[in-house]
Amino acid sequence: MPLLETQGLTKVFGGLHAIDDLDLHIEEGEIVSVIGPNGAGKTTFFNLVSGMIQPDSGKILFEGIDLVGLAPHQILELGIARTFQNVRLFQNMTVLENAMVGQHARTRSGPIRAILRTPGFRAEEEAIRRKAEEALAFFGTRLIGYRLEQPAFVLSYANRRRLEIARAMATEPKLLLLDEPTAGMNPRETLELTELIARLRDEKGFTICLIEHDMRVVRGVSDRVICLDYGRKIAEGTYHEVATNERVIEAYLGTKAVEGV
Amino acid sequence: MAQTVDARQALPERELVPSPPVDLGAAVKWGLIAGMTAVFVSAIGMVQAFEVRSVVVGVDLGYLVLFGAALVFGYAAARPGEQLEGFLAPERGVRNVAAGLIAGLVGGAVLWLFVLLIGAVDIRSVFPSVSPQLRDLLTFGRGAGFAAAALIGGFGLVGALGGGIPVLPERIRAPLVNALAWVLAFGLFEDLFAQIFRGAKVPFLEDLLYQPGGGLSLVGALIVFVLFFAVYLSTASRRETVRSRIATMSPSERRRWVGVGLVVAIVILAVLPQILGNFLSEVFDLAGIFLMMALGLNIVVGYAGLLDLGYVAFFAVGAYTTAVLTSPGSPRWSPEMTFVAALPFIVLAAAMAGIMVGTPVLRMRGDYLAIVTLGFGEIARLLFLSDWLKPYFGGAQGILQIPPLELGPLTFRSSLDFFYPIYAFVLVFAYVSWALQNSRIGRGWMAMREDEPVAEVMGVDVVKAKLTAFVIGAILASFGGALFAHKIGSVFPHSFQILVSIVVLVIIIVGGIGSIPGVVVGALILVGAPELLREFAEFRYLIYGVLLIFMMLKKPEGFIPSRQRARELHQEEMMQDAWLRKEEEAAAAAGS
Ligand SMILES: Nc1ncnc2c1ncn2[C@@H]1O[C@H](COP(=O)(O)OP(=O)(O)O)[C@@H](O)[C@H]1O
Ligand SMILES: [Mg+2]
Repeated sequence: MPLLETQGLTKVFGGLHAIDDLDLHIEEGEIVSVIGPNGAGKTTFFNLVSGMIQPDSGKILFEGIDLVGLAPHQILELGIARTFQNVRLFQNMTVLENAMVGQHARTRSGPIRAILRTPGFRAEEEAIRRKAEEALAFFGTRLIGYRLEQPAFVLSYANRRRLEIARAMATEPKLLLLDEPTAGMNPRETLELTELIARLRDEKGFTICLIEHDMRVVRGVSDRVICLDYGRKIAEGTYHEVATNERVIEAYLGTKAVEGV
Repeated sequence: MAQTVDARQALPERELVPSPPVDLGAAVKWGLIAGMTAVFVSAIGMVQAFEVRSVVVGVDLGYLVLFGAALVFGYAAARPGEQLEGFLAPERGVRNVAAGLIAGLVGGAVLWLFVLLIGAVDIRSVFPSVSPQLRDLLTFGRGAGFAAAALIGGFGLVGALGGGIPVLPERIRAPLVNALAWVLAFGLFEDLFAQIFRGAKVPFLEDLLYQPGGGLSLVGALIVFVLFFAVYLSTASRRETVRSRIATMSPSERRRWVGVGLVVAIVILAVLPQILGNFLSEVFDLAGIFLMMALGLNIVVGYAGLLDLGYVAFFAVGAYTTAVLTSPGSPRWSPEMTFVAALPFIVLAAAMAGIMVGTPVLRMRGDYLAIVTLGFGEIARLLFLSDWLKPYFGGAQGILQIPPLELGPLTFRSSLDFFYPIYAFVLVFAYVSWALQNSRIGRGWMAMREDEPVAEVMGVDVVKAKLTAFVIGAILASFGGALFAHKIGSVFPHSFQILVSIVVLVIIIVGGIGSIPGVVVGALILVGAPELLREFAEFRYLIYGVLLIFMMLKKPEGFIPSRQRARELHQEEMMQDAWLRKEEEAAAAAGS
């Protein structure tokens, strides 16, 4: 059974088929890249899987459970976490707090225990903190030390992207959805992140699905590449197969030639 | 941190451009604003109403407000612009004073024209306060010619003084401004300080500082000024080190200091009412009840970001539940419980009210939420007022004969007595606020406030989080209502006007949304100060409004912000980026 599978998934925005009868699957332990021209429906696909919007028809099965109709926090609890194309951090919370929010669904303490500061509550807080710091430490020294107590809005652009990934990691997901994680990063930062994405799978054991425009990143990390156009899957296979696929080249023509082919 | 220093040094020395000088044309604009302000406060009767209160050496509050406009806007005109990246620090000098002077002169001229106008035309039908007495006041009783010289000259002088503030070296400026503020505070709150001196058994201080007719004496003003100036001057550098010490403290060390602070606070609170006496205790009681509500609303608005404008409804529920359960005069059913016995029912009623208001607004955000809750607040008051519920709540006559507060063997009757339970609750509420803020649920609320859809995707059950916030906020407000009912001894629907909600909201906005110290200071000043300055009563909401607009424009994070929006940290981050970029370029250059 694939980890994630969609069947006939369709989402229409006022006549526009943003996702059109999409069937795809992601196997456990894979790194799958989703590519496609702007407006192809890639982000919409993530929004559907994470429960931010509901499909018009079709199924989204995660470990055999249909996600359609579930609230976003329930989907997260099942083990799907995501980042956003246009970084959406909790700006006025500290770096550490941002990551700690990730543990929300994995913990239970309510207001009464918080007020009484019971031993159970303290132990749980300690565990939340440890897990958040662990996630942040994945990015070396960039997000820890004195950074922990800084509000997220002071971070540089690249660090914001990193923090968003750390926040998603702190939710202890099975499937990690990364929406253009290297957008706006310089070549060096991009290279660094490409390596980290591979490590995320190898060391942390996450299955990863990423949307990416930078073909070097796609080539560098993907086990499999899926190309969308007008909400439909037009090609699927290894990087090389997809990059040389005629329909893919056609879809990209007029927008941007596929780099590195 | 070492890396940061490197980054600073590694930054290229760029040529800096001089900052633009202070805009003298804009000073005219500020002058017009100063003049209009002075005209406005005169026309609405503020100057006259404040004339009766002498503040410092015979100068009354009326003139102080009038010439205060020149000072404030003179300062505004002379303030150098923000230093932008790549610019030299703006020059400070004669030009600033000149800008202040211009603003003052223009302002004085506007006010003088107003004096001429009211001499020529009678506009009392529109502005009843524009009387011959006002004209006398503005001309110093000496006719228009003298007024021209006195107003324009005086405004110019004061404006120039205001313009001189930015010129002073930083080291002197803060102590000077603070010391002047303290002189003003000592003058304005004479009743408070005099009573404290009497209560603390040092009555000679009162005679030393204040003159018989009211207001600080010259000697008193000098003493206060010199004292505070010296204190601020000598502690300026030490405050920084204390702050950094606190920042680097270990948790256990910090906990010990918090413990010490708590003990000190409790001791102060224990003796304070004895010093304050009955009248001032009353003022503090009122501020304390608002403070309880503000701490509750701070959880709903400040933490969870749910703009609830009908918060007074929960206060009313607490007060009415208490009244019904404890008063022998409860119309339908009077179990005559004690406060302690009634408490669980009050909590229950408040929690139910919280759920009733919270559930229908779960899917609403921002302005929609505000409008709907505003409606709920009014509905609650109208229900208590209605004929339909009159058999239970007494309609407009309310419920009387609520007994004094009893806690075990203790009975609290007077304002002085009530100080203790009110501030005990305040302490507990402050702790609860802190405990919730630093917890899983608090982080969930804040995440929801920052970005609700993202919070939900990151695992926060927003339905649960919202309802919890509403319920906890409702319970805290209901405790305030319960104490209020016991204290006043009766409840009427008209005590629960929308205005109460608004005042509580203003308190947390001005103090600092989400900040516990901000809320405390906000409540004490915004509720306490107008009670001490009876002359203000009439203009209270005007002043709230002005304050609110000012805060929204200039300090939206409040006077004591919850999170220091540290600009320098941001800059440091940018520097690190710049440093990384440079390294990269160097690496690229070496590679090619
Ligand atoms: N909430 C929405 N309402 C209406 N149209 C939308 C919405 N979200 C996306 N779309 C449209 O759906 C199409 C796919 O968008 P998107 O998934 O963001 O593309 P991309 O592949 O670039 O991430 C676009 O034409 C976009 O305009
Ligand atoms: Mg997109």
